Amino acid sequence: MNKKSKQEYQKMVEKASPNSNLILDCIKAFVIGGLICCIGQVITNLFEYYGFSQNDLGIYTSSVLIFIASFMTGMGWYSKLGKFAGAGSVVPITGFSNSITSPAIEFKKEGYILGVGAKIFIIAGPVILYGILTSMAVGIIYYILK
Amino acid sequence: MDYLKAFIVGGLICVIGQILIDKTKLTSARILVLFVVSGCILGGLGLYEPLVRFANAGATVPLPGFGYALAKGVMNEIDTSGITGILTGGLKASAAGITVAIVCGFLASLIFNPKEK
Repeated sequence: MNKKSKQEYQKMVEKASPNSNLILDCIKAFVIGGLICCIGQVITNLFEYYGFSQNDLGIYTSSVLIFIASFMTGMGWYSKLGKFAGAGSVVPITGFSNSITSPAIEFKKEGYILGVGAKIFIIAGPVILYGILTSMAVGIIYYILK
Repeated sequence: MDYLKAFIVGGLICVIGQILIDKTKLTSARILVLFVVSGCILGGLGLYEPLVRFANAGATVPLPGFGYALAKGVMNEIDTSGITGILTGGLKASAAGITVAIVCGFLASLIFNPKEK
């Protein structure tokens, strides 16, 4: 292959890859994200079967998923899953858990107060802050309109 | 059927996230914030509830479900305890999730060491 055709080929690859990558990424995210939600459904149904109250099913399901994801993060498995699944591993609640456990382990060497204690909220902090702010805004509007 | 609905709806919400990551170069932290805030707004407008009824875990496991829980919590709290609910509803609704997540994170930091890169 001469130099020119190599360059042209490179250009063609660059042109073609973003879209095919996007589609492939989306399929991976769809499958893994969908599977995580399925596992959530299995856990919900199990708790329901064993007679836990309807109101608390969500709490138990999230708790179990958060625990599993935290353990997988510790073992180094979640980052491998993340490399494959992209948003499929970020968007479910397990991604929230990973975003808390991962910096907690990572910054352990900086001590338990300013390392683990502070960095544990490096991503969860913004999520909680803006989540609570939005919930207050929703609450105020709901209160006025009620 | 439960599982198929959860799979499809949950998968599709993740696809939205994937498109945002690939097309806008948003970091995953921003995606998390964006999804929780959108879920909360949709929950407040009553638009997320039907999705939860249809797909159950498919709608509650992804992060917009967390936002939805915040909105629902604040509205329930206002119904039961009046104006104070504006201040207490959000954190009350998310209390279990946040507590479990930070306790697990802390325990993991005791047990595990950072992996060699």
